[in-house]
Amino acid sequence: MLEIRWHARGGQGAKTVSQLLALAALARGNYVQAFPEYGPERSGAPVKAFNRIDDKKIRVHYNIYEPDVVVVVDDSLLNSETVKVTEGLKPEGILLVNTKISPAEVRRKTNFKGKIFTIDAEKIAESSGVGYANIPTLGALARAVDFPLEPLAEELKKMLGKKAPPEKVQANLAALQEGYERLSANGG
Amino acid sequence: MATRASEQLRVLTGHQAVAEAMRQIEPDVVAAYPITPQSEIMHYFAEFVANGKVRTELITVESEHSAMSACVGASVAGARTMTATASQGLALMIEIVYIASAMRCPIVMAIANRALSGPINIHCDHSDAMLGRDAGVAQLFAEDAQEAYDFMIMAQRIAEHPSVLLPVWVNLDGFTLTHTADVVELLEDELVKEFVGEYKPRYPLLDVDHPTTQGPFALPEYYFELKRQQVDAMESVPQVLLEVQAEFARLSGREYQGFFEPYYLDDAEYVIVVMGSTAGTTKEAVDTLRARGEKVGLLKLWLFRPFPREEIAAALEGKRAVAVLDRALSLGNYGPLYLEVSSALYEAQRRPRLYNYTYGLGGRDTTAKQLEAVFMQIQEKTFGKEMHYIDLRE
Repeated sequence: MLEIRWHARGGQGAKTVSQLLALAALARGNYVQAFPEYGPERSGAPVKAFNRIDDKKIRVHYNIYEPDVVVVVDDSLLNSETVKVTEGLKPEGILLVNTKISPAEVRRKTNFKGKIFTIDAEKIAESSGVGYANIPTLGALARAVDFPLEPLAEELKKMLGKKAPPEKVQANLAALQEGYERLSANGG
Repeated sequence: MATRASEQLRVLTGHQAVAEAMRQIEPDVVAAYPITPQSEIMHYFAEFVANGKVRTELITVESEHSAMSACVGASVAGARTMTATASQGLALMIEIVYIASAMRCPIVMAIANRALSGPINIHCDHSDAMLGRDAGVAQLFAEDAQEAYDFMIMAQRIAEHPSVLLPVWVNLDGFTLTHTADVVELLEDELVKEFVGEYKPRYPLLDVDHPTTQGPFALPEYYFELKRQQVDAMESVPQVLLEVQAEFARLSGREYQGFFEPYYLDDAEYVIVVMGSTAGTTKEAVDTLRARGEKVGLLKLWLFRPFPREEIAAALEGKRAVAVLDRALSLGNYGPLYLEVSSALYEAQRRPRLYNYTYGLGGRDTTAKQLEAVFMQIQEKTFGKEMHYIDLRE
């Protein structure tokens, strides 16, 4: 079972991408769970979302304490005194951060010994016009955990297709793809 | 009837699964008032109403007391009626729930289980469900979104069965199930409609050609006999449930046989009894310990009311030790589920050692490791009989 924990701030769409990942994982034949950190939702406050992905039916119903992967959508959380993004992260696990700083700098800030990936999803969000870093970060996550891009793109299309104009859908798909392609790793 | 549905796998939250079942059942009347963590059920259902997917009359009222009152009125008038609530909302409803049961209204309700205030808390426990323990409603508990969906459909048939005619509650853990997206297999709309069938009320108030009096006074000459009829109605539930389960299995391929799901129960020496989503986590704990050769098992209770005392006694008789996990307090005694299991075992010849744990109050998380610890603790013959608490700071 693959367990993923997302860190973001309220309003950055962590719950949305965790749902997208769940839909895509089901489409490729996995069992999934996606759940937000339960509680009052406040824009800008630190939030978490979770995914479980497995080949067989998932029966457990409790929080994820020892994730295989941590994704940080907002790098200001690396400096947070109340949120420790690497808490419980398996030593052989993966830390993916949306940031302009290098993986080596992330390692210095977090002291995490496992694999570290970074993606400048903010920049992709701006240049592609999608505005939100969550979608390119999801693309980067797909690359980092070797998850195929195609089901993600399909589910993204379905999710946006009902409400968004075609050019918005295209921009999101491009941002997803770019996140996938631009993932950088070193020091890992 | 078709023998097997062409099923669809979907990623749905517990909310969505319940709302989809309600859409497929398409009741005549739904009356509801929002409360966390139930509200989204009604958000989704209201969207179905607004988009013309169902022709249900959705009555938005000013409180849960009014919601239940409107449901009773609609049900007595002859409408297939549903609602959903949680926690304080259920507490406010409960006065009228007793009346719904006494007036033999087959109202199906989803309960998104949540702690009762105070202190105020929005997260899961089963305190709200326990408010209905003596109210004359049949109560089912779901382990996951799939069961919540399936139970909503089965509940309709149980509630409306001529020998039952009582409200049925489908309990699903607030947030843990309502807000978690999970893989759910839906049945086709037509199959669900065919399964629940058309509701034919026996004495609808709106049948003016056959006028009836509903809800009159019943003074000492009649009250007692009317309560006795509720007892009979409740006692009819188990047999009806078995029939509905068998029919549902033919329809869906999903086997629900009996009042509880046994998991490695037959040859187990140490057993956990639990309801709701924690049963799934307990299965994981059982697997871990079985791999180490421990003879442990689970009795996951689906049917809390009426309480299947004989079947539970038969399943637990001869076990070495049993831990009953309560997600609610009955302040002043052991937990409500423990007391039920304990009383069920009174007639048994070979009674297991019985222990009571309280867990998960106000949304406290319960992990597989903690449940493994429970299985190990109850193996000690000297383990105390006092109430035990999982993951509590003393």
